[in-house]
Amino acid sequence: MQGQIPKPLIDSDSQPFWEGVREGKLLLQKCGDCERYIFYPRIICPHCFSEHMTWEETSGKGKIHSYTVIHKAPPAFKGEVPYVVGVIDLDEGVRMLSRIIGDRNDLSIDQPVSVVYEKIDDDLTLPYFKVTGA
Amino acid sequence: MIKYVWKGVKGMKSERIAAIVGAAESELGHLPGRNVLQLQAQAAKRALDDAGFTKDDVDALFTTASWGHFPQLMLGEYLGITPKYTGGTNIGGSSFESHVAHALVGIQAGLFDVALITYGSTNRTSGNRPSAAGLTLSYEEPFGIPSPVGHYAMAAQRHMYEYGTTSEQLAEIAVATRKWAALNEKAFKREPVTIEDVLNSPMIAEPLHLLDCCLITDGGGALVVASAEAAARAKKRPVWILGHAETQTHNTVTHMPDLTVTGAKDTGRRAMEMAGITHDEIDVVQVYDSFTITVLLTLESLGFCKPGEGGDFVSGQRTAPGGEFPLNTSGGGLSYCHPGMFGIFLLIEAVRQLRGECGERQVKDAKISLVNGTGGTLSSTSTVILGRD
Repeated sequence: MQGQIPKPLIDSDSQPFWEGVREGKLLLQKCGDCERYIFYPRIICPHCFSEHMTWEETSGKGKIHSYTVIHKAPPAFKGEVPYVVGVIDLDEGVRMLSRIIGDRNDLSIDQPVSVVYEKIDDDLTLPYFKVTGA
Repeated sequence: MIKYVWKGVKGMKSERIAAIVGAAESELGHLPGRNVLQLQAQAAKRALDDAGFTKDDVDALFTTASWGHFPQLMLGEYLGITPKYTGGTNIGGSSFESHVAHALVGIQAGLFDVALITYGSTNRTSGNRPSAAGLTLSYEEPFGIPSPVGHYAMAAQRHMYEYGTTSEQLAEIAVATRKWAALNEKAFKREPVTIEDVLNSPMIAEPLHLLDCCLITDGGGALVVASAEAAARAKKRPVWILGHAETQTHNTVTHMPDLTVTGAKDTGRRAMEMAGITHDEIDVVQVYDSFTITVLLTLESLGFCKPGEGGDFVSGQRTAPGGEFPLNTSGGGLSYCHPGMFGIFLLIEAVRQLRGECGERQVKDAKISLVNGTGGTLSSTSTVILGRD
C-alpha cells in the first residue's frame, strides 16, 4: 500500500467540474460579463469580479505548454514512474495541469493534445490528455 | 525620528532607517532529537549575542513555519518574548526577506525599535511535509505532480524550449555553488562535483537531476533588525536595509504568467530603485537556489542578463569563487543547508559578506549585496538591497 491518491475537494466551486469529468465532459466556467473562460472554477471572475459565472462544455483540445517526466514521485504515485505531467493550453484560452499519456519519447512542447477520461476508481475520474494526430 | 542620508556609495540615495545588526544560524545539518523551537532559540540567542543585544531589547517578533498553527505564539512563549508587534507573513522561502522589509516599515512607522526574525525546521529528520489535497491544489495534486520539483522542472523545460538552454548550463550553477560550499565549514556538502556528476545523478523530474535540487536539512536561523538609533548601540557595524520589494504572482503553476519569468523582474527593479543603485554597483548576490533553474530564471528576471541569456551568463564557472559574478557564497541551498525555507540564510550570508566576516570565501570589499528570495512554486519573490557604510 503506497497511500491514497489525493482526492480533489468537491465543494460548491468545484462540483460541476468534477461531475462533468465523471460524465465524460470537460466543463469550464465562462464569465457572463467579460466573456472570458477561466480555470479553475470560482464564485467570482478573477478578470472583472463579475459574479455571473456560467458553465460551458468545451472541446477538450489544446496544446502542450510544458511538461516533465516524473522519476521520483509522491508516495501514492510511486508505482507509476516514469510518467508525464504537463500544463496544457486549452483552445478556450486557459491553462490546465494534467497527466499526458502515450509515448513519452514522442512528446514535445506545442504538440496538440485532447482530453481523455481516466477512471482511477469508483469515486474518481481524472481528465488526462493524449497527443492527437497531426 | 532622525533621518540620516546615505553617503556611503555613489548613486545611493536611500535613507538609513533600519539595519541588520545580528545574524546567526543554529546547529545545521542532520539533527536527530532536536525540535524546531530549540533550533530557533539557539539561533535567536546567537543573533542577539552577535548584535550585543539581549532578549529584553526585542520588541517585535517575526517568524513563520510549516510545522504548526500559531508559530508566533508558540515561539514567543518558548523564548519568553512578549512583543509589541508580531509579524508572520508566509509566502514560502522568500518570507524572511519580507520580514526584514516589514521590520523596516514598522520601525519607520515608529512602532518598535528592535525586531527578532527567526526560522527553524527539522525537515531532514521529521520529513515535515503537508500531504492532503485542499482547495485549489485539487487541480494539481491528484495528477501526481511532486511539489515543488515538478513545477520547477516544467519551467526549466519551457526555458530550454524557448532559448535552447542546456542541462550542462544548469549544472554549471550546481558545480559553482559547491565550490563556495567547500570554503564554508558549516556547509553540509563540501566535496567537489563536476558537470558530469550533476548530469549522471539520478533524474528526479526531467530535466532536473538530483544535483540540480537543493538539500533537505535541519536547521534554523535568526536576524536582528534595529532602528538607526538602536543600531548605534550594536556591537558590530550596521548592515543597512537600503531597498526592498515583494510580490506574488500565482500559487498553482497554471497561473504563472510566464513559466520563464519570476516576480523578481518586478521586485528587483523596485528594490534597486528604492536603494538608488544600478546593477554594476552590486558586489555580491544571494538568490534562492531551490533548484538550479531557480537561479537561472532569477538572474534573468533581476536583469543581470537578458531573457534567454542565463545559460551563457552562468557558463564557464562565472559564479564560482574567483569568477566575475560572486553568487550564493555560502554554498546555497544546493550545498550549505536547506531546512525547508532558505530565505533567512541568504540574508545571514549577505550580512557576513558585508561585514567582511567570510574568511576564505570573502568577496573583497563587498559593500552592496542584493538578496532575492523565491517562495512556493516560483510564486513569490522578495528582494532586499543591503549595504554598509
